[in-house]
Amino acid sequence: MDQVETPTPEHEVVTAPPHAAGRWARHPSPKEYVRIAIVLALVTAAEVAVYYIDWIHENDLLIPLLFLFALIKFALVAMWFMHLRFDSRTYARFFLIGIAGAFTLYIAVLLMFRTFA
Amino acid sequence: MEERAAVHVYESEHEATSTGLPNAKLAMWLFLASDVLLFGALITSYVVYRGRSVVGPYPNDVFDIPYTSVSSFVLLASSLTMVLALASIQRGDLPRMRLWLLATALLGLTFVGGQVYEFAAFYEEGLSLTTNLFGTTFYVLTGFHGAHVAIGILMLLSVFSLSFTGKITQKDSMTVELVGLYWHFVDIVWIVIFTVVYLIPTGP
Repeated sequence: MDQVETPTPEHEVVTAPPHAAGRWARHPSPKEYVRIAIVLALVTAAEVAVYYIDWIHENDLLIPLLFLFALIKFALVAMWFMHLRFDSRTYARFFLIGIAGAFTLYIAVLLMFRTFA
Repeated sequence: MEERAAVHVYESEHEATSTGLPNAKLAMWLFLASDVLLFGALITSYVVYRGRSVVGPYPNDVFDIPYTSVSSFVLLASSLTMVLALASIQRGDLPRMRLWLLATALLGLTFVGGQVYEFAAFYEEGLSLTTNLFGTTFYVLTGFHGAHVAIGILMLLSVFSLSFTGKITQKDSMTVELVGLYWHFVDIVWIVIFTVVYLIPTGP
């Protein structure tokens, strides 16, 4: 709810439909969406590139790097494209509960199958 | 910085709710949270049985990383066209929204077509659903994801069609936003699958 506000003239780029009774929210601009997409493409390219670099394999850096890149991409899409950075935090909490549940399930099954042993 | 990056957009009208948030959007997030659990279970199954197949073909025998990388770029590009469709309808620009929605659906179709081709190629190499643990967990996980993408394409095409009947206007931008949330979710699931299934080596 914290993002509900009346837009200031310098930020108002969208006009409300006649007799509007909805709410105003802050979202990224199309230019910002394109910038995020470029970053996502670069991170994906880096992800594929490290897969082919022997030095990274030899020094056991591949898995940490791949997880880091995946985390960056996941966060960028969720925060910017899905607007979690701009919308009510209630949505983020719902999503995080799902992620926490999935992670708990993952750890429980790995322990059950003694994958760490 | 954040102020400069953002624009103010008009969100759809919605009835007053006890949370102050649109019920449809809250329900979509709740659905996505439950879908995280579904994919969490499928990814967990893949990881647990990873490297435990006693007969081939093994992942290294069939995976074509450059090919799958292109598929990943295609899906990422579809997320961009999806947010541009939303930005268009929030501005009241219906023709441009249709264009971006159609582009998103076409990119989604390209991804699914690529997946069908990949499945066919793997089958030709002897990997079926019942060949080994890798085949079972791989096809179930990526097949479920592909089904999600296919459903997303149907949703996109439905909104595209409805926009010609006058049922999608600027004040209904929430509908496009909900479809977009689903579409981006499918994208972030693929981000995890691409890393865990394709890029992390399994060994011989």
